[in-house]
Amino acid sequence: MGAMDTGNMEGRWRDLDYLLLRQGNIVGPGFEPAPEIRDFLQDDFKVLVIGAGGLGCELLKDLALSGFGHIDVIDMDTIDVSNLNRQFLFRMHDVGKPKATVAAERVMKRVKGVTVIPHHCRIEEKPDEFYKDFHIIVLGLDSLEARSYINSVVCSFLEYDADGTLDMSTIKPMVDGGTEGFKGHARVILPGVTPCFHCTLWLFPPQTTFPLCTLAETPRSPAHCIEYAHLIQWGQERTSETFDADNPEHMKWMYEQALKRAEQFNISGVTYSLTQGVVKNIIPAIASTNAIIAASCSLEALKIATMCSSGMDNYMMYVGTQGVYTHTVSYEKDMSCIVCSLGVPVHADADSTLDQFMKQLIADDRFSGKLSKPSVSHLGENLYMAAPPILEEMTRENLSKSLVELLGEKGGTVNVNDKKLAGVLRVQVAFSDAASEPNAMDTAGAG
Amino acid sequence: MAQKKQKYDRQLRIWGEHGQEALENAKVCLLNCGPTGSEALKNLVLGGIGSFTIVDGKKVEPSDLGNNFLLDHDSLGSSRAKTATSLLQELNDTVDAQFVEESPEALLNSNPGFFGDFTLVIATQLTESALLKLDKICREHSVTLLVARSYGLAGLVRISTEEHTVIESKPDSAVEDLRFHCPWPALTEYAADFDIDTKDPLTHKHIPYGIILLKVTEEWKASHDGKLPANSKERAEFKEAIKARTNPLEEEENYKEALAAAFKVWSPPSISSELRTVLDDRAAETLDAKSPVFWILVAALNAFVKGEGAGELPLEGSIPDMTSFTESYVGLQRVYQEKALSDAAAVEGHVRRLLKKLGREPASISPPTVKHFCKNARNLRVLRYRPLAEEYGAVGNKKGELQSLLGSEDNSHAALYLLLRGADHFAATYNRFPGVFDSELEEDVSRLKAVAGGLLNEGGSGAALPDDYVTEVCRFGAGHQADHEAVCTTVGNVPLQRDGILIGCAKPLTIVDAPLFGETPRESKRNALNFMLGRKRNVACVSHENERDSLEMSDASLRSHLSEVFPGRRRD
Ligand SMILES: [Zn+2]
Repeated sequence: MGAMDTGNMEGRWRDLDYLLLRQGNIVGPGFEPAPEIRDFLQDDFKVLVIGAGGLGCELLKDLALSGFGHIDVIDMDTIDVSNLNRQFLFRMHDVGKPKATVAAERVMKRVKGVTVIPHHCRIEEKPDEFYKDFHIIVLGLDSLEARSYINSVVCSFLEYDADGTLDMSTIKPMVDGGTEGFKGHARVILPGVTPCFHCTLWLFPPQTTFPLCTLAETPRSPAHCIEYAHLIQWGQERTSETFDADNPEHMKWMYEQALKRAEQFNISGVTYSLTQGVVKNIIPAIASTNAIIAASCSLEALKIATMCSSGMDNYMMYVGTQGVYTHTVSYEKDMSCIVCSLGVPVHADADSTLDQFMKQLIADDRFSGKLSKPSVSHLGENLYMAAPPILEEMTRENLSKSLVELLGEKGGTVNVNDKKLAGVLRVQVAFSDAASEPNAMDTAGAG
Repeated sequence: MAQKKQKYDRQLRIWGEHGQEALENAKVCLLNCGPTGSEALKNLVLGGIGSFTIVDGKKVEPSDLGNNFLLDHDSLGSSRAKTATSLLQELNDTVDAQFVEESPEALLNSNPGFFGDFTLVIATQLTESALLKLDKICREHSVTLLVARSYGLAGLVRISTEEHTVIESKPDSAVEDLRFHCPWPALTEYAADFDIDTKDPLTHKHIPYGIILLKVTEEWKASHDGKLPANSKERAEFKEAIKARTNPLEEEENYKEALAAAFKVWSPPSISSELRTVLDDRAAETLDAKSPVFWILVAALNAFVKGEGAGELPLEGSIPDMTSFTESYVGLQRVYQEKALSDAAAVEGHVRRLLKKLGREPASISPPTVKHFCKNARNLRVLRYRPLAEEYGAVGNKKGELQSLLGSEDNSHAALYLLLRGADHFAATYNRFPGVFDSELEEDVSRLKAVAGGLLNEGGSGAALPDDYVTEVCRFGAGHQADHEAVCTTVGNVPLQRDGILIGCAKPLTIVDAPLFGETPRESKRNALNFMLGRKRNVACVSHENERDSLEMSDASLRSHLSEVFPGRRRD
């Protein structure tokens, strides 16, 4: 490629080159300065940004200006007026257009040489293989659900061998950012090595909910009146319609009902803005917190890609409410995490068939209600696929094979998928007649 | 108007109308629109400041296109200030945009009065000599100065202003001031209407816990010489007295809430030492005809606390949710709100009296202003920052303190602080920054060490400076512009987080400490931020000494794992 195409005119990447071409003492493992590192970053490395909102816009800009040449971005949303106070890639005339598409266009126009491919869809719409294609995934999301989904996909790539040793080549690093008002976090997740989202679920505070009887009988706050209109009145009075928080008429109706109810109970403080906040569970957001968190995430992505400086281990919280405070914690992996660990130990008879083994799993109390028609894979190979029919047919013959035939003498880790599961269930199979007991604790990949 | 509200909705939810108004009145001057300055301004423009003026004398070079989103390929060779101004204007057309094509250093000499017109001057990538001049000018004109410096993967942020006062500091968690320990007559009267021993189970489980606590406290005092539970044994007894009233046949949320909140009876919120310092500040004692409104309000507040308040602040007036019938709760809410109003009226009386005494118009401070002030009285903040000249001069006097910080296990802040300042002194001597030329990289390491060491100790060798950091700072090869966009984004934005400076409401700006400077009587101890991105703890900034220990951690395990994740990848 010529210099005009990539925008690599003399001196453009001087500052990045200082880092990539010079040895340092505070660098990542095995860092050897070389011009090939920048080539790799610009020509071969593929990074996926999930979310093109407040964090996403910043991430795209930062990654493009950090020298990443190939970026994909995925977001299902369209641009709203309330995005414009921080999502700087969007303008008033973009309102209504897909975020991913507009963001990609703007970044490519401003930063010559970078390729940004937009995907305007839900993350669930992409096959798992799509995510496998990237070297690193950077998350700019605002919901736990989306994080959990992507976490389970990325963790399902992990393979452990019969000794319980993690195959390092199956690790897909993730960098995650999150903000709320003046606060935020940035974290680096090396699935199987550092804690995944599921290992540290407790970091996400539970949502506040109100008892229904309070809403119905003894409302005391404006939020009680709003939630009554939202959770009870709508269903009673507009039975045939689905409530859409982005429909202004729906929101206005909600506000008016809440206001009436508040007046009836002598409660003050119901406003349109509060109604929106409660119903849409709006998280306050400002540009500078997003910028700080996204910058940290991009820098970590650069460090993982180039090793030019030592990386974050593994969770940085940022609090800008009074002064500026950051604190980085090295959280520990949950060794029994059902999403990223070696797996839940299960004893089985080496001679039992895969079919019998699957029935044993369904009957297992630990997974009760979570399995109905499971699919099973081992070291990346499908042993049995419940769907689609063509794969079911291809793998059906394995049902009558014995476990020792499928997994080898020592057993091993199998990934179980089921419609009813939120993610993958990892099961560590040990044969009952084998000399050694399964031990999830001393051989897991994080050692 | 409606669209404006919609556009700023997410930030209005943080700093409210007052904050937005302050932001919209702000006149910001940016010196140098490299990536640090561009980032700072970009986010202020998005938020809706009133106006900005960029001062920058450079032309767009190829290296700008590797780190600055507000300069584009088409603008190569044209003015940085002009290009950034037009691209910023695209972000928000309600902001008034100006630029001056001149270097900040030149403007400082030719027209120092220029800087007096702004609310805030953001100085990026300026060296010490220029900053000293600028700080002096800004102080003369009561303009707040933010100093932001990005340097490779490291940076430094500093705020300089004589005095910054914050009324609406928006604390994370509101202190509940419920006065169970000293109810006023109207509250006692309201509680008297409730029978906490009522035989009707539905009514019993719907008495607000505030009433339960008031009643039990009243009974307790009657049987204990008017005293409150004083030790853990008595407190346990007090809780037993609450439990004894519960109906065993019912799930009674209100009694559970009363038990959980019982401690509020014996440990009501007190006046914090920080607020006490504000109340006792000399500025409130030595009022004159020109005193800022803030200090008159503080003086009136102090008079209230000593007088009508009998040691208490004016009541804030809001109460937490309590499981109860709607009308019992709303009624209780009203009793608190009425008291808050009457307290604010009393403070207002003091305000009028003081204004009159000072020969000022007694109505010049409006009742809503006083009410707003009283509502936020518990969280008033006053921040004072020492002049840069004092800080730069102080290093020599504080060498012992710095030496010992450098010798401690976590010496990154002290080291980086000295090295970033050392780099400026290096530039003054050698006319370039350390590490700019590959051929002199090694010599520059020892030169920088000597220069930075000299700041610590005249003629010193800098032996106390950790080699890793000296090498790293030289590796950055950072001149005025050698910046990494992501670092600049952080450096450019950190100061914006700090409130008040623009959005007079919000969060007080207490950026780090440079513990090097210790406390002086007239300033907040936290007045500079330096951090280094790229170190194990990423953005490391100190905010309280006692939190420093916990910042220490090891990244050794992560390092070894990463090398396995990407084996030999670099040769791909
Ligand atoms: Zn996990």
